[in-house]
Amino acid sequence: MSFKALQEIVDKAKESGKAFWEIILEDEINESQISREKVLEKMEKLFLAMKDADDNYNGHLKSPSKLVGGDGERISEARKNQTMICGDFMAQVMEKAIKMGESNACMKRIVAAPTAGSCGVIPAVLLTYQNENKIAEMKMIEALFITGGIGQVIAHRASIAGATGGCQAEIGSASAMAAGAMVYLAGGDEEAIVHGAALALKSLLGLACDPVAGLVEVPCVKRNVIGAFNALASADMALAGIRSQIPPDEVIDAMRSIGDAMPSSLKETGEGGLARTPRGMRIEEELKK
Amino acid sequence: MSIFDIIGPIMVGPSSSHTAGAVKIGYLSRKLMGEKIHLAKIYLHGSFLTTGKGHGTDRALVAGLLGMKPDDIRIPQSFALAEKEGMAVEFGGIDLREAHPNSVKLILTGVSGRELEILASSLGGGRIRINQIDGLDASFSGDYPTLVVHNLDQPGYVTEVTSMLSHKSINIATMQLYRDHRGGEAIMVLECDEEISPDFISWLKERKGIRKVIYLSLEESS
Repeated sequence: MSFKALQEIVDKAKESGKAFWEIILEDEINESQISREKVLEKMEKLFLAMKDADDNYNGHLKSPSKLVGGDGERISEARKNQTMICGDFMAQVMEKAIKMGESNACMKRIVAAPTAGSCGVIPAVLLTYQNENKIAEMKMIEALFITGGIGQVIAHRASIAGATGGCQAEIGSASAMAAGAMVYLAGGDEEAIVHGAALALKSLLGLACDPVAGLVEVPCVKRNVIGAFNALASADMALAGIRSQIPPDEVIDAMRSIGDAMPSSLKETGEGGLARTPRGMRIEEELKK
Repeated sequence: MSIFDIIGPIMVGPSSSHTAGAVKIGYLSRKLMGEKIHLAKIYLHGSFLTTGKGHGTDRALVAGLLGMKPDDIRIPQSFALAEKEGMAVEFGGIDLREAHPNSVKLILTGVSGRELEILASSLGGGRIRINQIDGLDASFSGDYPTLVVHNLDQPGYVTEVTSMLSHKSINIATMQLYRDHRGGEAIMVLECDEEISPDFISWLKERKGIRKVIYLSLEESS
C-alpha cells in the first residue's frame, strides 16, 4: 500500500473528510486494481470466516502434540457459573481468544490476523463487541479495513513475523490493529484510532517469541487473551482522551529496533525463554520420540 | 503489499509456513504433475523435519498432493483420504545442502507412470518457492501460470518457445535458464501473465530435442 506512516492516513482522512477505513479501502482498490465491490466482498469473506471459526470450536480436540485443547471449554464453564472476576464482556473476549488459538493449534480453519499464531486477538474483541452491541455487519467490515491499514504500516516500518521481530510483532501487532478497530467501532476519530493502536503496541514491546518445541501452542494460545484485553484497555484509554506521548509511528519504529536487538533465540527458534525451561525442554524431548 | 496479506489468508492451522505453505507446495506439485499421484515419497529437511509433526506439515503436504488448498478442512484427515484415493505415501528425513530450513524433496509417480522430482521451500506467511525440478535448478513461486521446459542444451529452443508465446499474445513476466553442463540438459522456466493453451503445450511436447514439458496452470481444473 502507499502509506508508510499512520500519520499519512490520519492526514489524508482529515484533508478529504473521508473515514479512516474508506482511505484504506480506496488505497487497496488503487493498488490491486480490483473493483470496490470485489474488495468489500473479499473482506466480508474474511469476517464471515472468523465468525465461522468461532462457531466451530470443538472443545474435545487436542493439538497433535497434546499440549493444547479444551481450555476454551473451561472458560465457557466458568462464564456459565458466573465465577469470573473480570465481568462477562471480558470473559467472553477471553473465551473467544482462547478458542480461536486452540482451533488453530488443532488444525481447524482460521483467519491469519495478522498471523496464525495471533489469530484470536482481532476476532475475540470484534465478535464480542458485535454480539453485545448488535453492530451491523458492514460496520464490522469497515473495522477490519482499519485493522488491515494499521497492520500494513506496522509490516512496512517493522514486521508482523515472530521470526523477525519476536512476539511483539505478532500479538503486539494484532493488539494494535484490534485497538484501532475498537476505537472506531466505539465512535472515536482517526486521531484516537492511531493512538489506541500506539498505546496497545507500547504495552507489548519487547515480547519474546519463545514457543515450546517450536510449536504455535505454548505460550501462543493464551497470549491471544492478553493481546485482546490489552486492545480493549488501550481503546478505552484512547477514547477517554489519553494520547501516546510517543507518536504512533515512532512507537512502531521502536518495535522494529527492539526486534532487531533481540537475540535469535527469542525469535521463533524455540531456543530460548519458555522453550528452554527444564519443562519446555522435556516436552520437546518427549515429542521427538 | 495488499491489505489481504495482513488480514488473511483463511487457512487451516497452526502455522502459515509449516502448514499453509506445505499444503501449497503439495498442491502446486500435484498441478505440475498434471495427473493423480500414485506414489509420493516425501523427504523433510530442517525445521520441516524437526517440528513438522507438531505443525501437521506431513498431513499438509499429503493434503496438497491430493489437490487440497490451504483452507480445506479435510487437511487433518489427509492420510486416510490418501489411502482411500490410492495414493501411497512414504516419509523420510533428508539433509539438503544450502536449503531453506523449511524445505522438502518430493519424488512423485503419477498414475500413468509419469515421474516428477521437486525441491521446494516454504518462505513464511504461506509463500513458497519451487527450487528444483527433476534435479535441475528452477525458481518460481506458483503465483503465475508457469511453463517449465527441459530440452537439450542447443541453440534455438528459447527462441522457438518465446516466439510461439509472443505469437499467442502471452506476456512473459520472468524467465530463467539453467543447464547441468554445456551441451547437456537444460531447463527454462517462464512465468507468464496469461494462461497457455493446452494445444501449445501438446505442440511443444512433440518438438525434437524437447525432453519434458511441465505446465502450471492457475485455472481450477487441470
